[in-house]
Formats: sequence, C-alpha cells, structure tokens
Amino acid sequence: MSRHLFRKLVNVLALALSSLATLAGLAFLGAILWTLLKNGVAGLSLDLFTQSTPPPGGSGGLFNAIFGSVVMTLLAIAVSAPVGVLAGTYLAEYGRTSRLSSVIRFVNDVLLSAPSIIIGLFVYELIVVRMGHFSAIAGAVALAIISVPVMVRTTEDMLRLVPQGMKDASTALGAYKWRTTLDIIYPAARSGIVTGLLLAIARVSGETAPLLFTALNNQFLSTNLNAPMANLPVVIFQFALSPYKDWQQLAWSGALLITLSILLLSIIARFVVSRLGAGSGRT
Amino acid sequence: MSATEAATRVESTNASSNTQLSKVEVRNLDFYYGETQALRDINLSLADKSITAFIGPSGCGKSTLLRVFNRMYALYPGHRAAGEVLLDGQNILAPNVDIASLRFRVGMVFQKPTPFPMSIFDNVAFGLRLSRRIARAELEQRVESALRDAAMWDEVKGKLGEDGRGLSGGQQQRLCIARTIAVQPEVILFDEPTAALDPISTLRVEETLQGLAEKYCIAIVTHNLQQAARISNVTGFMLMGELVEVGPTAQMFTAPRDRRTDDYVTGRFG
Repeated sequence: MSRHLFRKLVNVLALALSSLATLAGLAFLGAILWTLLKNGVAGLSLDLFTQSTPPPGGSGGLFNAIFGSVVMTLLAIAVSAPVGVLAGTYLAEYGRTSRLSSVIRFVNDVLLSAPSIIIGLFVYELIVVRMGHFSAIAGAVALAIISVPVMVRTTEDMLRLVPQGMKDASTALGAYKWRTTLDIIYPAARSGIVTGLLLAIARVSGETAPLLFTALNNQFLSTNLNAPMANLPVVIFQFALSPYKDWQQLAWSGALLITLSILLLSIIARFVVSRLGAGSGRT
Repeated sequence: MSATEAATRVESTNASSNTQLSKVEVRNLDFYYGETQALRDINLSLADKSITAFIGPSGCGKSTLLRVFNRMYALYPGHRAAGEVLLDGQNILAPNVDIASLRFRVGMVFQKPTPFPMSIFDNVAFGLRLSRRIARAELEQRVESALRDAAMWDEVKGKLGEDGRGLSGGQQQRLCIARTIAVQPEVILFDEPTAALDPISTLRVEETLQGLAEKYCIAIVTHNLQQAARISNVTGFMLMGELVEVGPTAQMFTAPRDRRTDDYVTGRFG
C-alpha cells in the first residue's frame, strides 16, 4: 500500500517538474515575443515597406532591406533546393547502405550544426576576397551553403517515411528505380519535401553573421547582384547598435517583421503537413 | 514492346499450347539469404489457368519462393537463387534476363494494399504507361477492363479521378489487383492478399481471384487453410524451406500422402 503511495508521489513529482521546465521555456519565449511586439509595433507603417533606409534623423523604411533579403533568400533556395533534394534522394534511395552515404550523412550533420559565421568567413575568402568587393551573390552563396544540409536531411527523412511496400509494388510492376522515385516516392513525400523547403527558408532568413561577411549592407535600393545589397538581419544589427532613436525603432520593426514572417512560414508548413498527410497516406 | 520481346511472346504462346499444363517449371531451386539457406531443392510446376496455393507455417519459405518467380529478391544484396525457374521454357534466373520485362509478364500483389499517391485511374494506368506509349482511348479501355476483371468497376466508375488512397482497405486491394492485371501479365503472384482485410473484403477478393483463374496462371501464398481449400486447384505444403508435398487441393486436405502435411492441415501443429 505504502509502495503504491510512493509510486504515486513520484509520478506527481515528475509531472510537476516537467511542467515547470516547460513553463520556464515558454516564459522566455513569451517574454521575447512580448518585447518584440511592444517595441516593434510602434514603427509599423506603410513607409516601412515603401521607403529605403534613411540617414540618421531622416525618415524612411526598410524597403531596400526587405527586397535584398527576399532576393538573396530566393537565390539561395533556388540553388540549394535541387542540390539538397537530389542528395537526400541519393541517401534515402540509392546509397542507403553504401559506405559513401554514411560519410555524406556524417559530413552533412557536421555542416548542419556548423556555426554560420564560419560559413560566412569561408565564402568571404572564397568569393569576396577574390572579387575584391562584397556582393549579393556572395551572400546568396553563403545562405545556400547553410540551407543545403537542412534540405538534405529533411528530404532523406521524408523519403524514408514512404512505405517500402509502395516502392516494392512499383518495382513489381516493372518500374526502374528512377521511375519509382519520380512517379511514386516524390508525390508520396511531397508535403514533407515542401515542409523541408519552408524550414530551410525560415532557417536562412534570420541569418546575420554570414551576410555580414558577404553581402554586407547597402543604404540604397540595389538590384545589382554584383554589388553589396541591403538585408534585414544586417540592417537590424547595425541600426540596433546605433545611438539614433529612429534607427533603433527601425531595427525593432525589422526584427518583428522577420519573426512574423518565420512564424507565418511555420504555420504554412504545418498546414501543408496536416493537409496532405505527413508522407504516405491520408488515413 | 521491343521486337525481341514480341517474338518471345509469340514463342511463348506456341510453347504453352503444346504443353498446356505447365506455365512455370521450377527445377532444383535453392535460395540463400546471405549464408542462410531458405529454400532447398524445390521442384514444382505451376499450371496455366489455375490457382496454386502455398501453405505452411511462418518462415517455411513460401513467400521467398513467390519472390523468386518475379525476382523481387534481386532488390536486396546477398539474396541469391540457384537452380532453374522456367517461364514458358525460358530460364528467368539467367543473368541476361531483363528484369523489367520479366515483371511485365509476372505480376505481384502484396499483403498490404499499396495504392499509389495518385488518382484511381492513374493507379491502374501506371503499369501500362511504363511498358510503352499508349493512346488515350486504348488506355481508358484497358483501365476499364482491368477494373471490371477486378470486380470493382461499378464501385469506382463515377470517381476515377479521386485519390486511390481514399478507398476502403478491401477496395484498395482490388485496385492493386486491377493495377497488376492491367498490363496483362501471364502469371500473377499473390502474397497473402487478404491477410490485412476484413472477412467481407476477403470474400470479394477471393471471388475476384477465382474469376482471374480463367485467364491467368496464379500462385498464392496464404496462412488461411480454408482459403487455400476454397479457391485453389493445386496446393503445395512447405516446411523449413522444403516443398513437402504438392497435389490437387482436395486430395491435400483429405488424403495427403505425407504425414507432416496431414498433421498441418488437421491442425496438429503449426
């Protein structure tokens, strides 16, 4: 009887401790979001989306930074998505047990957790130094390098969720592997791959360090990929550190903007998953 | 279809009209999973236009045997078959056999229904589109006749564009059967096709199978002895990688020659 009581107590204690830990985590998240909202909302206006970054004391917005962020993120994803999906396909379907794939898998995991500043420095040496100037291209390359491992990992995981029986059934009908991959496996894992893509965008769009070494910043709107380009993270970084009140306000609004877009992306990703099913069936 | 393939087909029809009874001949077949021997010296023939059932306890090698007929085992490294399996006199274990064309001739339906992530129509058309370019009108006609043969045309004719995964379990399995017969194979392998289905769906699939036996050479693996007794013409009993006995189904269940078969079908072990 007392033994039973003791087990019950332990259970209650464990529940209390884990609830407390969860609450602590959530409290910090709530505090961050609250601060962001409180300080950021004040600067939200139409000018934020239509005007470029102002000199100190002037009025302006973040249009050039938003534009630059979108351009470089899209460029990065355009390069990294095919590479990541194909590499993930190799790992999940073709080289499942080969020695090469365990090496690739290991290197990919290392790359996945590599500090982004190192990737920034790498691209700085590789492109910026050789070209002699900062550029949007260098920024996009850095972001692409960061997003490839994310894509590889999610693609492999999602393709592995496709039931072996479905692949066998296609093979038994006389389909070669690439046909099965293209017609059966990709459609079955479509929502998972799309989710991976969205997560990669979310991951990349908040990166600051690699852009600081590559795209740097630009006070004006620039469409030249071969020149420095403004982007939200670096603008936030510089404006937040400045002594000017209006620049600090823009930094807060920019931070809120990035957070909201990542939130939106995550919600879309969840929606896609629940709508199309995690991988194989809809049951 | 390539010219050589067409030639083989013509040849095969001739051959089968000569020896009407035997569509598939298995001679001295051994099978290995790496070092482990899973099949020992199997000798057997599958008659055309009839159902051959394989029964036996789990792990006896009956599914393994089935997977030799369409060389599904070739997907996995270390799996190896020795001996001969003659399909219309041609050894399908020979290294120069084109596996994709072999699988057009020998179809397979699995235990779990596996509808592809596409419409009902595209599910059935999948195999047809693989083998060759095909005109829309002919495609539609072949899909319809496959669904009719699988006894599900009336259930799905109004919703061919809907996702195949939205069907019930039993319908999904008959969809898989339709998909397999759409390419008009010569042999169809069923690996416990009703193990994941409820009794009513099982009945429908069994009826479908019996209808198919008028056209095809069918081999089925089943754990359900009553099923084997109900639908098959010939039954083979397997035990620990050996084919203990094979004979007309009625005889296998009432007067088997081997004592072990008798013990198994009467439920004394298994």
